[in-house]
Amino acid sequence: MKYARLVVALALIGLLAGLGPHVLPEYWVRVLIVLGINIILVSSLGLSNGFTGVFSLGHPGFVALGAYVSGILTLELTKKGAYLPDLPGFLAGVQLPFLPATLIAGVFCALVAVVIGIPLMRLSGNYVSVATLGFLVIVNVVLVNAEQFTRGSRTFTGIPPYTDLGWVAGWAVVTLLVLSRVAYSPLGRAMRATRDDPIAAQAVGIHILPARLMAFALGAFFAGVGGALYGHYLVSFSPATFYVAMLVQQLTMLVLGGQASLTGAVVGVSAITLLSEVLRNLERGFSLGSLQVPAVFGASQIALGFIFILVMVYRPQGLLGDRELPLVTGGRVAKGAGPVYKDTVGGGRT
Amino acid sequence: MKALELQGLEVAYGAVRALKGVSLEVYPGEVVTLLGANGAGKSTTLRAISGLVRPRAGSISFMGEPLTRLSPVQIVRRGIAHCPEGRRVFAGLSVHENLLLGASGRRDRGIGEDIQRMFGLFPILLERRNQAAGTLSGGEQQMLALARALMSRPKLLLLDEPSLGLAPLVVRSIFGTLKALKAAGTTILLVEQNVNLALELADRAYVLRTGQVALEGQAKELQGDERVARAYLGGAA
Repeated sequence: MKYARLVVALALIGLLAGLGPHVLPEYWVRVLIVLGINIILVSSLGLSNGFTGVFSLGHPGFVALGAYVSGILTLELTKKGAYLPDLPGFLAGVQLPFLPATLIAGVFCALVAVVIGIPLMRLSGNYVSVATLGFLVIVNVVLVNAEQFTRGSRTFTGIPPYTDLGWVAGWAVVTLLVLSRVAYSPLGRAMRATRDDPIAAQAVGIHILPARLMAFALGAFFAGVGGALYGHYLVSFSPATFYVAMLVQQLTMLVLGGQASLTGAVVGVSAITLLSEVLRNLERGFSLGSLQVPAVFGASQIALGFIFILVMVYRPQGLLGDRELPLVTGGRVAKGAGPVYKDTVGGGRT
Repeated sequence: MKALELQGLEVAYGAVRALKGVSLEVYPGEVVTLLGANGAGKSTTLRAISGLVRPRAGSISFMGEPLTRLSPVQIVRRGIAHCPEGRRVFAGLSVHENLLLGASGRRDRGIGEDIQRMFGLFPILLERRNQAAGTLSGGEQQMLALARALMSRPKLLLLDEPSLGLAPLVVRSIFGTLKALKAAGTTILLVEQNVNLALELADRAYVLRTGQVALEGQAKELQGDERVARAYLGGAA
């Protein structure tokens, strides 16, 4: 049982990375890559928004920073000369492999999160949301205007297409392992306590600011990593790629799945990704026996909207609420330390 | 030595002066109750002691050391546990996790043992140990809040209205537990609206009115004293 998570994780990576590209059609490989990246982005958003109660709207800002940092660091030197002729010397001369570039992107985002988090994490409720939205706006404006690093609002292109199913599966598993380890540790317990009642948390001796800052910075690290993966998947992007539309998508996935649950983040991402793929194919029209359904373009978006409304009406806490698979809490539930709800999707509270 | 001593404590929320020079003391092993009407400053006094609000003037000392400059976390680690008004359990966390959080400031190995002790004190919590605290009844939540405060092994326990909104039978049972804690030598500063129950339990009492101590004395002597009632009703003490 002790190594159950590791075994499951390795089996999953091996299966996806080794077999996936050979067995699956190209189209599904691409769907799975985006799904995996979104699992990284949404579960890391859940650590601050769901577990710590700091409802951040700035997550795409970190994704953007991760994509640009890793893009700049890995760009071929000849392309650097062509696309980014004004890069400062030390950046103009480096070309890093994928893994170090991704790690640097993550660490860079975590450091930015600490710097902006020290003032922002003192806020709570709606105030912190608006303030983090301010961060997202600032990142966008800076990226548009820092032309020597980013080509401004023009497309940043020529990034090596390093991202494949193996990298994504590997990072998604690392993300979930680390986040589940943190969320169900004493530190994670302190994070959840500051969410439920900041005053009582202080009264039992928890420092609020460090707990929130840890959640925000760790979330930003994985947002940066996910951003790097996304950048090397898209190969070309612009600041507009990482803006309000991305934010809305991430929040929808998180809230739909259940904010205070890593299992919920995975379920939310998978549900929305797969549903939108299926619906998009259906809206082109199909035939069922003798029945001919004509193409109704835009119907998939309407159907998705209805599904969101229904879930929020009947399960405002999201599909999973704060329930987790026992695998995620690593058996610590059995000792009575975690959420007790062992039933998964659709089960009622006791 | 005095366990706790307040001198000329003043607290203001913006322009509203909640405490206008409160002085009181608590000796080790004593149960002292703080009485008074709504808005008299009882809860504010407790919040100032545990560092949740900053006093504007005056001093607070605990075991002879000043507390006024310390953070709430440092104050908990000195041995003062605050069981706040309205229970304030961590609703999304299990009973067991709530108890563990009560020991946040501790690094010793006795935590597991203390949790078992709490289950002995409040058997219902053992039954509910894996349940989210928000799903407990009001009385159970009060027991959990009390147990959580005790988990820090406090030298001084600050209790804010443990009877608030609870059925009379549940209140009896909570006060039964407080009596047992008193017998075991726990030092308690108790804020309570239920004057009779509080005076029955306490050794000494202070009556606050509009941010000042209007009356103080031995609990036995204040039982049935009409000046207590008058302090509540706003007449001259």
